[in-house]
This record gives sequence, structure tokens and C-alpha cells, in this order.
Amino acid sequence: MAPTGDFSLEYAPAPESTAPVRLASQYGLFLGGEMVESASGRLAPTINPATGEALAEVSVADAADVDRAVAAARAAWEGGWRDLPGAERAKYLYRVARLLQERAREFAVLETMDGGKPIRESRDLDIPLAAAHFFYYAGWADKLDYAFSGRRAAPLGVAAQVIPWNFPLLMAAWKLAPALACGNAVVLKPAPTTPLTALLLAEVLRDAELPPGVVNIVTGDDAAGAALVAHPGVDKVAFTGSTEVGRAIGAEVAGTGKRLTLELGGKAANIVFEDAALDQVTEGIVNGIYFNGGQVCCAGSRLLVQETVADTVVGKLQRRMDTLRVGDPLDKNTDIGAINSQAQLDRIAELVASGVAEGAELYTPQCVLPERGFFHPPALFTNVSTAHRIAQEEIFGPVLSVLTFRTAEEAVAKANNTPYGLSAGIWTEKGSRILWMADRMQAGVVWANTFNRFDPASPFGGYRESGYGREGGRAGLLPYVELVA
Amino acid sequence: MSDRLVVNKTYKQFIGGAFERSESGRSYPVSGAGGELLANAVQGSRKDVRDAVAAARSAQAGWAGRTAYNRGQILYRVAEVMESRREEFSAEVARAGDGCSHEAAAQQTTAAIDRWVWYAGWADKFPTVLGGANPVAGPYFNLSVPEPVGVVGIVAPDEPPLLPLVSRLAPVIVSGNTAVVLASERCPLVAITLAETLALSDVPSGVVNILTGHRNELVSPLAGHVAVDSLDLTGCDAESAADAARQAAATITRVVSASAAERQWADESAQSPYLIDAFCETKTVWHTKGR
Repeated sequence: MAPTGDFSLEYAPAPESTAPVRLASQYGLFLGGEMVESASGRLAPTINPATGEALAEVSVADAADVDRAVAAARAAWEGGWRDLPGAERAKYLYRVARLLQERAREFAVLETMDGGKPIRESRDLDIPLAAAHFFYYAGWADKLDYAFSGRRAAPLGVAAQVIPWNFPLLMAAWKLAPALACGNAVVLKPAPTTPLTALLLAEVLRDAELPPGVVNIVTGDDAAGAALVAHPGVDKVAFTGSTEVGRAIGAEVAGTGKRLTLELGGKAANIVFEDAALDQVTEGIVNGIYFNGGQVCCAGSRLLVQETVADTVVGKLQRRMDTLRVGDPLDKNTDIGAINSQAQLDRIAELVASGVAEGAELYTPQCVLPERGFFHPPALFTNVSTAHRIAQEEIFGPVLSVLTFRTAEEAVAKANNTPYGLSAGIWTEKGSRILWMADRMQAGVVWANTFNRFDPASPFGGYRESGYGREGGRAGLLPYVELVA
Repeated sequence: MSDRLVVNKTYKQFIGGAFERSESGRSYPVSGAGGELLANAVQGSRKDVRDAVAAARSAQAGWAGRTAYNRGQILYRVAEVMESRREEFSAEVARAGDGCSHEAAAQQTTAAIDRWVWYAGWADKFPTVLGGANPVAGPYFNLSVPEPVGVVGIVAPDEPPLLPLVSRLAPVIVSGNTAVVLASERCPLVAITLAETLALSDVPSGVVNILTGHRNELVSPLAGHVAVDSLDLTGCDAESAADAARQAAATITRVVSASAAERQWADESAQSPYLIDAFCETKTVWHTKGR
């Protein structure tokens, strides 16, 4: 039927069903293969950021619980896991990958309910990639002898893994899969605001018949994470989160002999040359900064655009931003969902206010935000100088700062003008320029004519104050092994 | 015996390709096995550490920008020049610290020369072994390569004075890092003789900087320096290593220390491409494929 004069281009609501998710009212800790109550019995609500309402109550672990978790991990490791042939470890991990694939919709809906990210992302990216990570590292478990020539890769023991709230299940998979493939036991500490998919993963681990204690999951606040990192029974610490907490963990671990890897903040430059395909660039910039509402450590939060095309690119961006749909994360048409927490929303708002106060020019599309929950419209700043806070500090929200450059040398200097070094984007049709630029980026991941791509075979991790160690690929094994001559 | 009086060498620090006294004007006596004075070494200062880091920083991009083939040849050249001065090195090792037999000193010198040769050959091979193409699930070209982390601070083991120093330095610079080395406090002289060798071996100025003096003065400014990207604390005792690591955490500086196997200095276990990797970052580049 041809559109009539009354035809509306508004989308009808297309909410994903929450039927696959069966929430309990209370959740315990996953210790030694069982869901158990915390020693103190303390509980805290986990909030659906799209509504502000509690989904369930989750145990708050304290030092005594961490102690039990580390003891369970140690017992499982010494009791057989460390001696299990790699081929057998592999089969457990393959099982986990398959079980995740089978229950993918349930995990995706729960991830979106607990964390606020659009269902399109949890369904198409978070959950499939989490399963892929288990599948990928399963295959390494019996091939470690081929990973490091001239050396034998021995497991370290008990790994303490503290993960963030922006990709809750995916970060659990990034941490668990290589650790287990290499023969370590684990105590995993999910973020306080997003514990539910990790607890659902506990069910999967049990269904996979993973030996009790090989993975233990302690929910709780920052104190539980600190107790875990400081526990003397831990051989390895892996942390993904803010650079500020990374510094504290580095100081805590100093002198203990514990291995440490850190995946911290970023302030990535997304660099656009005048010869780039500007329509593709526009989509790439949008994906770079508004993916997961910009709550991504490698987000392309600084757009560096060549002066000659700056007005054109900003115009295209603003038109594209006008069409972004902000709202119910469970709606299949939503582009930008809820901000993860009130605290994060406050931080974003504070930095946006600083941008305005420092003289940058703010653009946000006219969009109606839901009345409940934590939402922030996509934002774009022009007239940004390199000294502005919005050009220096990690915002972790849907806020893009636009800066310009004239020459490639200037683009390099501005891109690297940050203490971080996690990722960078380069957009140009000229191959030699891509390679020249890629060589000069102080960044662990460089995306050329694309952005925010992830794969279990591809190492991810930062330079400088974005941390050290890699996750993904063969390089991702190294943090979990000792190389023995 | 000849009546001729020996012309003694003045040992200075090596900063930015120049042999210099400390800006502080201080020195400290270095004695041999029998307690005799071997020489006065420079007692480096906090300011010297900063100058050395600045020299290393400004040399780093140029050194990393050399071709791998060229860096390999320069490391091999170090071995050539050491070989030609093998007697001098052996005698100096034998005289240092508690001393050792001339035979043991000669063995240490030989092993140090061979270690340079071993790492020289890695210059254009370690990226092949440590990096490579990643088969991602999508229409992308994806390549990981190791890159030098930047400026590395090395606290060399106190003894023996030569082989451990070379064993920790060579894997750091072969990839394109530059280094600030704190030489053995007790036996610093052979480190300065090594610096003379480096200066004759086409190693560009500032790539290796060697300071002498007291650890309790020098480790802290090195570990806390924001322009130092990685630290090798092999020469620190446990307490000083923990202090340095705490300082390094403030700038997310990577900290490395030799394993027990790597401390078997004369063994092959002391050398490894993974030791090169420990002072590298992995950079992964994605590019879309399309017509």
C-alpha cells in the first residue's frame, strides 16, 4: 500500500518478551559448585536501569565469603583440575559454549534487563561473542604446547577476576575462558549493578558438570572485590574497570608475587581524513560512540576530523543522531538504551555540564526520554579544545567531542595526546596512509574503516594507562600461564 | 717490572651517548676482592635519572623506527666489539666484587658476547613468532604485531656484574625500546666498560643509558618517573622491588622481574623470545575487506 498523507514514520513498539527469564527473588553466592547464602546474610537489590525498579536481591559477599571462595578454588585446583588433561578441560569449555548458545535468548533478555543495554546488542553481540570466546579457548586447552615454542605453559593456580558492568556476561567469558583453558581455578567477582547473568552462568557451569570449585562467583560491592584482590591465596589478579581502581590494585598487588593484568579506561581518537567515504564514516562514528550508550572503554569518544570536511561530517552526524532511537532497551528498535546506573548518569551529566561551561558547543537531538529510569540523549560537542575535560577524561557515556586537524602529523599528535592508549580508528581510502597512521597510534587496537569490532581470535588490550596484558587470541593465554623452560 | 706508571681510567656515567660525571659532583669508592680501591665511580643523583630518562625518551622513536635488520646488525656489532675487547672484560669481571677466577670471568664474558649474538638474530624474527594474522569471524583483515613499550628502566643484578646485565638489556633494546640501566652498586665498573663498547657499536645515543650509584637513591626516581613505560626490577631485593612496584602502579607501569630459571644466567633458560615480549605491547589492526 502506498503511503498516504496520514502515514507515520514512527516505529511501533517492538518489545522483546521477558518470558524466557525466570528471576528468583534472592540470589546466593556460587561457591564450590553450590548456590549458598553469604556468611553475613546481607543482600542488596539489583536495579533495572530502564525502570529504576529492583529485579532481585543479590548476596553481598564479605571477606569471610571471599575466603571460602578462594579455598574452594584452591581445593578444586589441587584436587584435580590442574592435572586434568587439556583435552578434557577443552570438552568442559565446549559444553559451556553450547549451553550458552542454547540459552542465548534468555541470557540476552536478562542482560538487557539488568544492565540497560539495547536488546539488539545483547542478542547480536554480547551473548554470541561470549559463547564464541568459550568455543575459541576450548580449542587452546589441549594445544598449549603449540602456543609457546620452546616453553611449557603451566597454570598459575587460583585467578581472581574482577569484571565491569558494561558487558557483564561477555567480560565474564573473556576472563573465564582463557583462565580455565590454561588449567587455572577462578573466583569471579561481577560488578555490583550487573550480577544476574554471571549467576545464570553459574547454572550453565553446573549443567556442564564443571567440577565444583573450579569457578566460584562472589557478588557484592567494591569491598568484596578489594578483599578478593588482596587475598593471599590468590596467584593471579585480572581486572577490567577504571584506571583509578587499576592504580589501587597495582599498589595492592605490588610485592606479593601475584601476576596482574589490567584492562582500564580509554579516550580513543576516531580519525577521519577528507578522502574517506563519509557516509560510511558517519555510521562508523555513530557505532564508535553510541554503541552501548558509549559505556565502552574503547569507545571512539574523540572525533578527529580533517578540517576540510569537518562541517560536512558534523552535519551528517547531526542528521543521523536525529534518527537514533533512545528508550526501552527491550525494544528491538532501540539504538541507545538505559545508562547503567544513576551514579553513571550523574557522572555523564557532570562532564557534559563541564563541556558547556568550558565553552564547547553542545548538540543533542530532540528526543523524548522515558519518564522513569536512567537515560541520556546522544550528545555531540563541537568547538572542543584539547585542554577541555571532555577531550581528556573518559566520559563513559553517549557523548562525542569533535576536534579538527589539518595534517596527518597533527592527527597523530592529537590522537596520542592522552595518558590512555586502548583503541583508535582511522578512516581513509588510502591504504599507505592507514598503515602509516596505524604504526604511529599509541593504542592496542586500531580499527581502519571500521570501529568497535571484537573477536575471540583478536587480542584486545591497552597501551600506557589503559593497562597491560591482552585478552583474546594466543596473546590472551599468556596472562594465565607460567612459561617453564 | 717497568717503572712506567699505569694510566688509570676514569669511570663516568653514560647518558645520551656522552660520558659524564654526576651533576651532583659526587663519587663513591669501588673496591676489589682484596679491599683495594679499583676506582671511584660516579654516585648518580635523582637529577641524573631524570636526564637519562629524557635521553632515552628522545631516542626511542628513532631507534624503534630503524629497520629490524638494522637493529639486528647493531646488536651483532656489540658482540663483535666485545669479542675484540674480551681480555679487558674478563680482567675487569675477575677484579670486581668478591672476584672470581680468570677462567670463570672469561666464561662470563663469552656467555655475554654469545647472548648479544642470540638476541641480534631475533630482531627480525620475534614479530613473526609473537604476532601474526588472526582469523576473525567477519570480513576483516586482522593482524597482531608486537611493538616496543617505550622506555624501560632496568635495575641490574648486583652480581655477577656482566652477564646478567647483558641478559636483561639485550631483550629490552632489540625490539626498539630504549633503556635506563642502574648498574650493579657494588661492581659498577664493567657496566661502564660495556657502555664504551656500546658507544663504539653504532648503538645510537640515548638508546642505552647507564647510571652508577646507590640503589636507595636511584630506584625510586626511576620507578616513579612518568616517562618510564616498563621496569625490570631483577636487581632489587624484595622490599625495594615492592616499593618500586607500588610507585609504578601510580602510572600503570608494567613491572617485570627475572624468574628463577632466567636467573640461571649461564643457561639457555636465561634467554627467551618471551622476554622480548615482556617489554612489548601487542598492537592489533583491523581493516575491512571489500571491493
